[in-house]
Amino acid sequence: MIEVLFFIAAAVALISAAMTVTAHNAVHGLLYLVVTMLAISLIFFLLGSPFAAALQVIVYAGAIMVLFIFVTMMLHQGEKSLLEEKQLFQISGSIGAFLLSAVLLVELVYVLAGFASPQLINGSEGYFTIQTITVKELGIQLYGPYQLLVVIAAMMLLSALISAIHIARRQKNPMQADEEGDQTL
Amino acid sequence: MSDFLGDITGDFIIPIVILVALLLAGAWSTWLERRILAWWQDRLGPNRVGPFGLLQVVADMIKIFTKEDWIPPFADKVLFVIAPMIVMIMMMLGFAIIPFAPGIQIAHFDNGLLFLLAISSLSVYSIMLAGFSSNSKYALLGAMRTAAQMLSYEVFMGLAIMGIVIVADSFSLSKIVEAQADMWFIIAQPLGFFLFLFAGIAESHRAPFDLPEAETEIVAGFHTEYASMKFGMFFIGEYLGVILISALITTLYFGGWQGPWLPPLLWFILKTSFFVLFFILLRAAIPRPRYDQLMAFGWYILLPLALLNLLVTAAWQLAPTL
Repeated sequence: MIEVLFFIAAAVALISAAMTVTAHNAVHGLLYLVVTMLAISLIFFLLGSPFAAALQVIVYAGAIMVLFIFVTMMLHQGEKSLLEEKQLFQISGSIGAFLLSAVLLVELVYVLAGFASPQLINGSEGYFTIQTITVKELGIQLYGPYQLLVVIAAMMLLSALISAIHIARRQKNPMQADEEGDQTL
Repeated sequence: MSDFLGDITGDFIIPIVILVALLLAGAWSTWLERRILAWWQDRLGPNRVGPFGLLQVVADMIKIFTKEDWIPPFADKVLFVIAPMIVMIMMMLGFAIIPFAPGIQIAHFDNGLLFLLAISSLSVYSIMLAGFSSNSKYALLGAMRTAAQMLSYEVFMGLAIMGIVIVADSFSLSKIVEAQADMWFIIAQPLGFFLFLFAGIAESHRAPFDLPEAETEIVAGFHTEYASMKFGMFFIGEYLGVILISALITTLYFGGWQGPWLPPLLWFILKTSFFVLFFILLRAAIPRPRYDQLMAFGWYILLPLALLNLLVTAAWQLAPTL
């Protein structure tokens, strides 16, 4: 059962990823990317990590992609940008990318075909041996052996935040001095 | 045979009953809001159709279903149709993990709270897509406000909930309710409760945080171009959101279905109704802040308080073990 669900989710992820690349409308493309994220989240869940699945939805689908769409929505100019997109997208320009992905696809199929015969994995009966990882175990790992990595990631995010604030800060200009607090969207 | 019957009840009948009850509750809370709001504002409200105007909802439904289902020619048609569905589906999914009473819960999911956060972060898409696909200025303005507002307040909602997780030592909502047998978490987490309340109001984009649809500034915000049942779905979705947040406040901070004398389900409904009424009172009582005030309030006041709450809660929980 889990195998079937996995392959359905994987197929959805692949198809929507392809649609992301080929969609002319940028917002539609991003929405397909959201579908890819959701499919990947389901795969995480099926493979026994509900926490990673939830984070995939909360962080990627629910926050980062929302910001992407937010910006695209602001810059979108209807028919005009659609025409531009159509001119920009040419099959000939993406042959290299398609070839490289085809190599990856062949490798993926090869690996999955290897898993398909159960005796290759010692004793396990299906494609996957699923051990559910609880949030607690994950937390113990993160704040135990991987503590340094967590701290480094935190520092990196903090520095990114500070530089983002620095970029967004208004230049003090005497001409615009009384514009303070007049920030309506 | 009895096992089979038990499975049927657990797997099909209870979810269907909950689904229908929620849809009815969502529809009738539109009547409740208009009636109660009218009382508080010294008016009468809809009182003509049926006893106390109770059948007003039926009349509204007949009207809304027979209206012309118009899609603006300049709209992005597919997204325009999908957007109102997303809000309904997301809100309905959110109820799947709410423990209404012992045994009455659709999904006994160990990571219920994470699921809930995921649901609430996905529901922003309905409004953004509605705003984008409408292809009109006011709808887009509403959608942009929504994106910023919901993304920000989701952060504080998550941080406020983490306090509960620390105290209850579980992400599962039914375990959180059981952990409140001796003491409601409102006592252990008073600050967390207010943070969650603010974030909840902002997430369900109700007045006073209804900037996505501020009718005095941007017509009706994201659903300016919507008519007929598609508008109705946004409307019911909003009320379902209010009920969901009220049910969550009940579950997380007010002991869920726990209570003396009365049956658990009744306690749950009573507590939830109280918070639904509170949401309506808020709309009657508090004016809408300006957009930048809302964002500043979130990031300058709620975020430090949420972090402080988390820090103190964690220290409190760890102190005995040291």
